Amino acid sequence: MRQFELTHHQIFKSSNLQIKDMNLTLKIWRQKDAASKGGIQTYPLGGIEADMSFLEMLDVLNQELIDKGEEPVVFDHDCREGICGTCSLQINGEPHGPDRGITTCQLHMRAFKDGDTITIEPFRAKAFPVIKDLVVDRTSFERIQQAGGYISVNTSGNTQDANSIPIPKDQADAAFYAATCIGCGACVAACKNASAMLFTSAKVSQMALLPQGEVEADRRVLAMVEQMDKEGFGNCTNTGACEIECPKGISLENIARMNREYMRASVK
Amino acid sequence: MAKSALLKSSLAKKYWMAFTGLFLCLFLVGHLAGNLQLLASGEGARDQFNEYALFMTSNPAVRILSIVTFASILFHVIDGIIITINNRKARPKGYVSFKPSTNSKWSSRNMGVLGTIILAFIVIHLINFWGEMKFGEWETRDESNIEAVHVMENGVAVVEMEEQDQTSNLIYTTESGAEVKDLYTITIKTFQDPEWGLIWAIIYLIAMIAIGFHLYHGFGSGFQSLGINHPKYNTFVRRVGVGFAIIVPLLFAIIPFYIYFVLDKI
Repeated sequence: MRQFELTHHQIFKSSNLQIKDMNLTLKIWRQKDAASKGGIQTYPLGGIEADMSFLEMLDVLNQELIDKGEEPVVFDHDCREGICGTCSLQINGEPHGPDRGITTCQLHMRAFKDGDTITIEPFRAKAFPVIKDLVVDRTSFERIQQAGGYISVNTSGNTQDANSIPIPKDQADAAFYAATCIGCGACVAACKNASAMLFTSAKVSQMALLPQGEVEADRRVLAMVEQMDKEGFGNCTNTGACEIECPKGISLENIARMNREYMRASVK
Repeated sequence: MAKSALLKSSLAKKYWMAFTGLFLCLFLVGHLAGNLQLLASGEGARDQFNEYALFMTSNPAVRILSIVTFASILFHVIDGIIITINNRKARPKGYVSFKPSTNSKWSSRNMGVLGTIILAFIVIHLINFWGEMKFGEWETRDESNIEAVHVMENGVAVVEMEEQDQTSNLIYTTESGAEVKDLYTITIKTFQDPEWGLIWAIIYLIAMIAIGFHLYHGFGSGFQSLGINHPKYNTFVRRVGVGFAIIVPLLFAIIPFYIYFVLDKI
């Protein structure tokens, strides 16, 4: 790996391409704990390479802060390859930053210019209270999931193999695309109403579209929407901001499907 | 749960918003069709429009429809206010930096503001014409022409006119002999007023621009809220919505300017 990095560096040097470290001004939301007020603090940061990921840039900042004996900035991260949905951050007014179809860990510093000021805030919603600095509590999503985002399958030994149930390709694909939701909360963060409808509808859809999930479809959609409302998420204005900012490109079609499912379940 | 689900839930609020909104789109079409008669000129135009106005105010089916329309507006407004309050509560602490323009259209984020402008316009519009029809003075505004004597016979107002100038009178006698307010003259005079005519036309134009943007988002949004979203039809719905949002307010907006600039002065 080290060998590759040297080679990579040399290639750029020999080809006269400028590799210039970036100097940035970071404006970061710092908040001691949930009860504290919190506020924006400014940190100048130099020596940032374009190939660093956004989280690596924050790692560099935190190392500097630790070296100086200051408290590092707390932020969420886990897999760092865009599949777990843990990293959050509202970067320059957009969840996961200015690029599309990616999580914050997949955002690279080449999306910014030398001398840029970057504002980094936690996702904001009543249902996503700040725990510390940039970390928010997203267990409200889990409670929505627990309200009905499952199928009850008998696992006593006579379970039918899922592959033996024929499912139309279109339907299987739609269910799959809905299931790619990683529950990161970018939809809520992007929405002007802090609505969780894209998330909830993806979870409703991925099951309602398949024969195994269809059985409990009515109960599921009623319970999940009820929980979503209880958590204090806002309503949907169909601005489409969630779909644009979603790292997985979850479609608004899912919200329409949830609207249909819910209407049908309500009148039954 | 199912019963409260159709009334209280967040999705129910969307259904009602969409349902009343799309119904009001139908109302706009009907209203526009009626109003376009104002573009005609001559004495025939006055007769035609006033006969139409009589039909619209006396037909029981139209009466029910107008009650439903008023109820829809009221419901749409109240539902909108409740949703807006809930949405504000959903993000008590806002962002320092928030760039919604990168991911959504202006009209979609300002439905409340646009709706408020439209509501203010509806009030002005109702005072201008509906109020004038319902509560306005029966006598002509021209002092020299107050010669009409009104007598109530079996609940129907009958007027006896004494050599009065029909054109400057706000009372119109229909073919059947019943007498109604001359809505045609009221309307034309409003927009041909030398001081206020153009100002009214501009106020109406601003309101129509607001309605245009409101429809630009609202039309397609209504279908989405009712769950009508299918890749096969989405483009069609979107195009119809955009066309509707441009054509309908544009035709409405033309009428006052046409009356002010083009139509023969009365």
